Amino acid sequence: MYTYDLIVIGGGASGIAAAIKAKELGVKKVALVDEKSYLGGVLPQCIHSGFGLVYFKEDLTGPEFTEKLVQKAKKLSFDVYSDTFVFKIIYRDYFEKLVYAVSKHGIKKLKTKTIVYSAGCRERSIYEIGVVGSRPSGIFTAGEAQTLMDIYGIMPGKNIVIVGSGDVGLIMARRFALQGANVKAVIEIMPYPGGLTRNIVQCLNDFNIPLLLSHSVLRVIGKDRIEEVEVCKVDESKKCIEDSIFRIKCDTLIISAGLVPRVELLEDLGISIDPLTKSAVVNDRLETSLPGIFVAGNALVVNDLVDYAVEQGEVAAQGASEFVFNNGISAAQWKKIKLNGNIRFFVPQLISGERDVIMYGRVISPEEKVKLEINEIKKEISFFRVRPSEMIRLRLNKDELSSVKTKSLTFSISKRSE
Amino acid sequence: MSNKRKVVKLTCIVCPIGCEIEVIAENGNIISISGNKCPNGEKYAKEEVFHPKRLAFTVLRCKNGTMPTVAVKTSKPVSKFLIPSIMKYLSNVEVSAPLNVGDVVVQNILDSGADVVVTRSVDLLECNS
Ligand SMILES: Cc1cc2nc3c(=O)[nH]c(=O)nc-3n(C[C@H](O)[C@H](O)[C@H](O)COP(=O)(O)OP(=O)(O)OC[C@H]3O[C@@H](n4cnc5c(N)ncnc54)[C@H](O)[C@@H]3O)c2cc1C
Ligand code: SF4
Repeated sequence: MYTYDLIVIGGGASGIAAAIKAKELGVKKVALVDEKSYLGGVLPQCIHSGFGLVYFKEDLTGPEFTEKLVQKAKKLSFDVYSDTFVFKIIYRDYFEKLVYAVSKHGIKKLKTKTIVYSAGCRERSIYEIGVVGSRPSGIFTAGEAQTLMDIYGIMPGKNIVIVGSGDVGLIMARRFALQGANVKAVIEIMPYPGGLTRNIVQCLNDFNIPLLLSHSVLRVIGKDRIEEVEVCKVDESKKCIEDSIFRIKCDTLIISAGLVPRVELLEDLGISIDPLTKSAVVNDRLETSLPGIFVAGNALVVNDLVDYAVEQGEVAAQGASEFVFNNGISAAQWKKIKLNGNIRFFVPQLISGERDVIMYGRVISPEEKVKLEINEIKKEISFFRVRPSEMIRLRLNKDELSSVKTKSLTFSISKRSE
Repeated sequence: MSNKRKVVKLTCIVCPIGCEIEVIAENGNIISISGNKCPNGEKYAKEEVFHPKRLAFTVLRCKNGTMPTVAVKTSKPVSKFLIPSIMKYLSNVEVSAPLNVGDVVVQNILDSGADVVVTRSVDLLECNS
């Protein structure tokens, strides 16, 4: 059986970054495992620009970002298992975890001291968003359509309706329009768009694609191939307004209704899950409730920026190296992060207060002129505007945390009084 | 002379802040730009009012490669109005592996001044018979 210090599960941006960082920190035996034949995760199929402004200080396309990261990795020596799917993890004890994977060569059993789990996220499907009716062909998630078009060069259809106005949905609307398809509408159940304003401008307005806010797709109509969708306006409680129902003819329906961290393998291990992030509860080294198992990238929180996914990969690798060299992650006492006001989540959920920590969070609803307060350390940060689509990232340093004597830190976001 | 006054409201797309910019132009000359939080926004607004430009991205069919397509982009932003013709032109271009990031596949496409360059490498597919 092969024995490693660290096995990274998932070869997307966060996983590659974790493997690179671990090698740079002197971890000896490192392996990177991915189910695909190429590295980069979702990046190679994101052919538009907007990647790497923070990490490489350049505006790159997804594939260019991958190339740069892979070039960096090639200078270091670690094992890469491509076309290899991890189907089981076993926690033997503090220093021994087993990783079971399948490839065309059969089943592999790998032994390791630590794991960085960076398996990305999955897309919510049509079955999860309450659309009834028949299930003909022509229904794809945004990621499936993107893979078909930009990896395989296959056009999924000509007359397109897109469900969901997050950045992924908006970018796919532009991609279809550029390729000559007729994008009939982007349908959003919320009263505000899910994506960034710049994407509304350059992806929808540039191509005169209608955005239907406070609308919902009710039903799919079609026998072999989808022919129409039934759409209605919704009220504040997202209930369909009876006499507002109409139909849109289309041959393709694209579902872009949110992303969920892919954590089935971690759930099977019985680790603690945070219902707010739907992923693992982690400490400031991104370690889960099982010692030596770390989570990073979209498997931890759905990131809008690849730069943050990379950053999390590096923090997790830092943790893995400390685990290997110091036999574990130290903390005199873990402090809990508590939430108050307009906050959906913050990770990590536990911090030691003994080292710097980068916090990532999201708000529940858009709001202007707000402040984020952390009372225990008398910190206050003002924001001109917060939106659910824009992740909040902040660094708390060791010095400001060291004075905290309480068992928890409370984050609250509220309106500034002026 | 009649003063043709034009007020244009734009959202800056240069960075994720997305400032709302107002441009006032008279007889084809810009007389004021406001709302931008930085100079990049002013530059963007000037161009956007009279000559909007964008980068174009797509994939080309690729023979003998480890992937069936190669991803490409224009080497610099091109007129927004030229992009549909560029896309049409590129849909008929087929290339062969191997190709590396930065390789030029079409020079000065449709006289735009921009080249079409590779953004995703493809290796030659080795036939293991
Ligand atoms: C359409 C779209 C547009 C985006 N636009 C931007 C943008 O403009 N700018 C920006 O900065 N960011 C953007 N992002 C976000 C950014 O791309 C992601 O946050 C980042 O790439 C996520 O990296 P990751 O490593 O966490 O996950 P992924 O890239 O998803 O990688 C996870 C990898 O793990 C593999 N895997 C999963 N489970 C297993 C298993 N059991 N065994 C083996 N392998 C497994 C998967 O196959 C995958 O290769 C965009 C994302 C999308 C989808
Ligand atoms: S004006 Fe400057 S700060 Fe505002 S969106 Fe444009 S680039 Fe960003």
